[in-house]
Amino acid sequence: MLKKNDIAPAFNLYATPDQKIKLNNFTGQNIVLAFYPADWSLICSDQMALYNEMLKYFKEYDAQLLGISVDSKWCHLAFSQSRNLHFPLLSDFEPKGEVAKKYGVYNEDKGVAERALFVINKQGIIEWSYLSPMAVNPGADGILETLESISLKSI
Amino acid sequence: MSIKISIDHKDHIKGNKNAQLEIVEFGDYQCPYCAAAHPIVHDILHFFGNQVKFAFRNFPLAKIHAYAHPAALAAEAAALQGMFWEMHDAIFDNQGSLSGDLFLQIAAKLELDHERFINDLHLDNLAQKIEDDFETGMRSGVNGTPTFFVDGEKFHGDATDLFELLKENFK
Repeated sequence: MLKKNDIAPAFNLYATPDQKIKLNNFTGQNIVLAFYPADWSLICSDQMALYNEMLKYFKEYDAQLLGISVDSKWCHLAFSQSRNLHFPLLSDFEPKGEVAKKYGVYNEDKGVAERALFVINKQGIIEWSYLSPMAVNPGADGILETLESISLKSI
Repeated sequence: MSIKISIDHKDHIKGNKNAQLEIVEFGDYQCPYCAAAHPIVHDILHFFGNQVKFAFRNFPLAKIHAYAHPAALAAEAAALQGMFWEMHDAIFDNQGSLSGDLFLQIAAKLELDHERFINDLHLDNLAQKIEDDFETGMRSGVNGTPTFFVDGEKFHGDATDLFELLKENFK
């Protein structure tokens, strides 16, 4: 799993049925890259639903949130509409899990991404990474602490 | 992971304000798991009596629960007339039929000053209180609802697990 000070590997993945997103689309912004195993987990403890409520806090730190799983773009579309999500979900679908593998968070056994968080700074360097047990939604406190420390450093 | 802010004067507190044992719940009025936890929390407070103080903080998942935020406002507006827990209980007891009208009906039943209640729903500081609750939770590692903290430490489990743990440790 990639760690602090590693260079964030590039990606170019579908975020909607006809639009791809690249890491370098967000040059000049911090990125919160949240790998998760699959769409459609329990609603009140769903990590993406939780982060969806926190977008304005991420924005305060000039951070763009990207969810990423091996689900297809069509699955993401339905999930995103159902949960009223206001941030992109990237489809690491073909070749399956390629980006998760580059970040060192692909679970070969289960065939899905681990539940793993990366905060990437404006220079494309990983500032923080965290691997959560698959069944445990890690919350957002670690993300916010990292974003806060980045913003303090840049003053 | 410990809670960033312990129970203070801004909280709605049940039980004994001077008790050693401190439980904080982060909850959402439209979350079915919170409604399920509600009677168990009631049992915990009854069982431990004046050994415990309990606070409820708002953690509305407003984008998936359309009534989570209005319900939180209704409870906070009721608090301004001294009826926070009455409104809180009534909302959870009627979670199946949440609507703007329901909050007004409960307010009427609680004999709240109707006009004041309606006006208070729009107060900026009530919305701010809800947001502050949410932010505290977010920064303390709340990852869904309900999340309980016991003496400032996040508890990993539901209300039933919490009751069991407390019985083992505090009786």
